Amino acid sequence: MEYLLEMRGIEKSFPGVKALKGVDLRLRPGTVHALMGENGAGKSTLMKCLFGIYQKDRGQIFVGGKEVHFAGPRDALEGGVAMVHQELNQATKRTVMDNIWLGRYPKRGGFVDEAKMRRDTLVLFREVGITLDPDAVIGTLSVADRQMVEIARAISYRASILVLDEPTSSLTEPEVEHLFRILDSLKKKGCGIIYISHKMAEILAISDDVTVMRDGAFISCDRAEDLTAGEIIHRMVGRELVDLYPEMEGEVGEELLRVSHLSARHARVKDVSFSLHRGEILGFAGLVGAGRTEVLETLFGLRAREEGHLYLDGKELTVRTPRDAIRGGIALLTEERRANGIFGGLSIVENACICSYPRYRGALGLLSGAKMTRDTARLAKELQVKTPSLSTPIRLLSGGNQQKVILGRWMLTSPEVLLLDEPTRGVDVGAKYEIYRLIGELKKQGKGVVVVSSELPELMGICDRIIVMSGGRISGEVSGKESTQEEIMTLAAKFA
Amino acid sequence: MEQNLQGGGKNPLKKLGNKWSTFMEDTRTRWHGFLRLSPREKGKRALGWLGDNALYLLILVFVLGVFFYNSSFLSFGSIVNILMQSASRLLMALGVAGIIVLTGTDLSAGRCLGLCACICASLLQANGVANKMFSRLTFSPALILLALLVSLLVGGAVGACNGFMVSRFKLHPFIVTLGTQLILYGAVMWYVSLGQNNSAPIAGLAPAYTRLVTGGFRILGVQIPNYLWIVLGVTVLMWVVWNKTVLGKNMFAVGTNPEAAAVCGVNVSRTIVTVFFLAGLLYGASAFVECARVASNSTATGVNYELDAIAACVIGGVSFMGGIGKISGVVLGVFLLQLVNAGLVFLNFEPAVMTVVKGAIILIACAIDMRKYIAKR
Ligand SMILES: Nc1ncnc2c1ncn2[C@@H]1O[C@H](COP(=O)(O)OP(=O)(O)OP(=O)(O)O)[C@@H](O)[C@H]1O
Ligand SMILES: [Mg+2]
Repeated sequence: MEYLLEMRGIEKSFPGVKALKGVDLRLRPGTVHALMGENGAGKSTLMKCLFGIYQKDRGQIFVGGKEVHFAGPRDALEGGVAMVHQELNQATKRTVMDNIWLGRYPKRGGFVDEAKMRRDTLVLFREVGITLDPDAVIGTLSVADRQMVEIARAISYRASILVLDEPTSSLTEPEVEHLFRILDSLKKKGCGIIYISHKMAEILAISDDVTVMRDGAFISCDRAEDLTAGEIIHRMVGRELVDLYPEMEGEVGEELLRVSHLSARHARVKDVSFSLHRGEILGFAGLVGAGRTEVLETLFGLRAREEGHLYLDGKELTVRTPRDAIRGGIALLTEERRANGIFGGLSIVENACICSYPRYRGALGLLSGAKMTRDTARLAKELQVKTPSLSTPIRLLSGGNQQKVILGRWMLTSPEVLLLDEPTRGVDVGAKYEIYRLIGELKKQGKGVVVVSSELPELMGICDRIIVMSGGRISGEVSGKESTQEEIMTLAAKFA
Repeated sequence: MEQNLQGGGKNPLKKLGNKWSTFMEDTRTRWHGFLRLSPREKGKRALGWLGDNALYLLILVFVLGVFFYNSSFLSFGSIVNILMQSASRLLMALGVAGIIVLTGTDLSAGRCLGLCACICASLLQANGVANKMFSRLTFSPALILLALLVSLLVGGAVGACNGFMVSRFKLHPFIVTLGTQLILYGAVMWYVSLGQNNSAPIAGLAPAYTRLVTGGFRILGVQIPNYLWIVLGVTVLMWVVWNKTVLGKNMFAVGTNPEAAAVCGVNVSRTIVTVFFLAGLLYGASAFVECARVASNSTATGVNYELDAIAACVIGGVSFMGGIGKISGVVLGVFLLQLVNAGLVFLNFEPAVMTVVKGAIILIACAIDMRKYIAKR
């Protein structure tokens, strides 16, 4: 049988780590091939070697039976390989259509043909079923919309091999279903799709083959129907993982944070009121664009507030800037890691300690490097951060490991209220469990935690209560344990 | 990883010893690893190493070249001279470096130094000089301190204004300092026309002052001026600011990702203003030294110094991408630039050729050095 793509014995080293130790991958035409592994297993690195972003140290790559050596993404695109990257890589100040046709602008008489660009964009959008304005500046869109634009762009290359590196990390159910319909039609056309995701349900729903990697090594490749979720997880982490969610201990106590009639000035957040109790985990569910992220950002002082009040322990708290919020004991883990989460070139220690510098000041106000390193080392161990050293620039870590470091950053500030926007985005199953456990720990200590997530099972697994938002408003509230997905989805569609 | 994190107890000497032995251990294993490689791989690694250090190797070749042309280039006196020139330029470079770390640049540094130097000079003219600028001012040692304070104050104020414009109106420092640079030029022209001076160069500085700055003891017949100690002290201080204070850490954070810094509760505006203010103070201090060195100060004092400072920073690895740079790099950059400058003088090039060569060297140096920072694939 002819493989669409065959990668044999791929090896790749970076200073201090051997990221790939001889990995094989065989992609059949007309199939979705899931690539699974923990954070830092080397999935993205393998795909970047295929796409020509990295040059493999050893090994061979065959596309359609012929060996290829892609020198860069341009080569790969011409060779029939397109890729949606794990991190959004967009020119945020340019329009949607500029981003889609970047590098291959249609020309007419030496000038860029904007009219054709717009037309083609609309045709493409109709085909993949998204309704966005081609002239909108991409930085103003939500992360989910931007991710859909990336997917559309990859499809527009009409490549026979499509690589999707965690395409659904910020999509909600309907968009994911939509994406799956698109992938199905591509499959029918004989394309091969490599699909990376940490969401087990998706993998079982869509994939035909599953390749598992661990620590840069090839573990197995099987037909999906021969596997169960438990079996895949077992191979990924190398041990049995009994529960997906830890047992949450601790009682819900008195009111900690009350938000009344909150509205944002420039975003659709209308008249949002809720309260959060000590020892409570409060979930926020909703569709893309429901305004969940905006609520957190307005609370935290990142967005201008139109009206509304905030009471912490019964006392009003005035929040104009994030600094006010942090001083009041509120922390926010933002949704867009790369844009406003990490400091790419700075070390893990600096990334972890940035919010708590005052605590590390010693004599003469000078910072103690040893103390910072010690605390970071403890965090890294607790959160199982995989890194060559603590002085490694965070940019070189795998996506999931970056997420763990910035979650740790807020843990170090010991906040009373923790606002988490997609805390497990791009995090593997094992580490997800770790993060849930940490959230549970905070609950036990009587802190309040707000979790925004696009994964309903996750919210239902850990939250005491779930608030459902729709069109910038609160459309309902359900209990975490006793609700059903249908109930939540109905509420989510209420004002949409 | 574990042993790396432990450090080695409280004793700093022991700590240093531990670090040294881990370093040696590391070097040894790397060398053995290298020896085990295939010849082709060896060649690749060696080439990579050459590429990474090309800038320094090239400068070494240049220095040796000049030395063979004229052996007095590497005489003790000449080397000390280059070092002293570097020291006098270092203060400004340290200021500019902080601004570059914030992804900015400062075109007003040279003019700012010029203004401060002229102010210093006007306050420190000796008694009885013909056309003394402020004829009723009698020189006394206390004036030296006053001049230093005024110089720092003016420099700091200029820096703070730049920083304010950048942070408040979100203007790029290039634009802001392009404007202030002109304003400062106007201010110097106005200032030197004050009193009895009639826009002439301000000369005849009080010997007590010039001796304090440029005087010093001699080693092997070569004078080591006092300002070296000032510069050394300030450099150490700046190292502490960059590496051990919240301000320094915040500066790097803002330079890397200002949005993330804001989310982390960093006062981004205040960080920017403070970094510019510090730079201004350094220009003020630099002016106090330069005034005595130049001896005759005019509207031309300090012109284009900022370009040398920026070039030195870039040669020293302070990246225009922001968030990358080290004090040691700045020191090295300033020194290397002066070394090249002096080398060109020794080669007896005509001024026109010299300027072109200097420009080319800066370009080549930066292009070579950039290779290090481009991600290896
Ligand atoms: N440019 C680089 N320089 C140094 N190390 C790197 C670089 N890129 C990746 N690594 C390292 O290679 C390993 C594999 O990373 P990779 O991004 O492929 O993981 P991943 O499987 O995609 O994980 P995730 O699920 O978190 O995205 C990690 O240990 C990472 O730190
Ligand atoms: Mg990845």
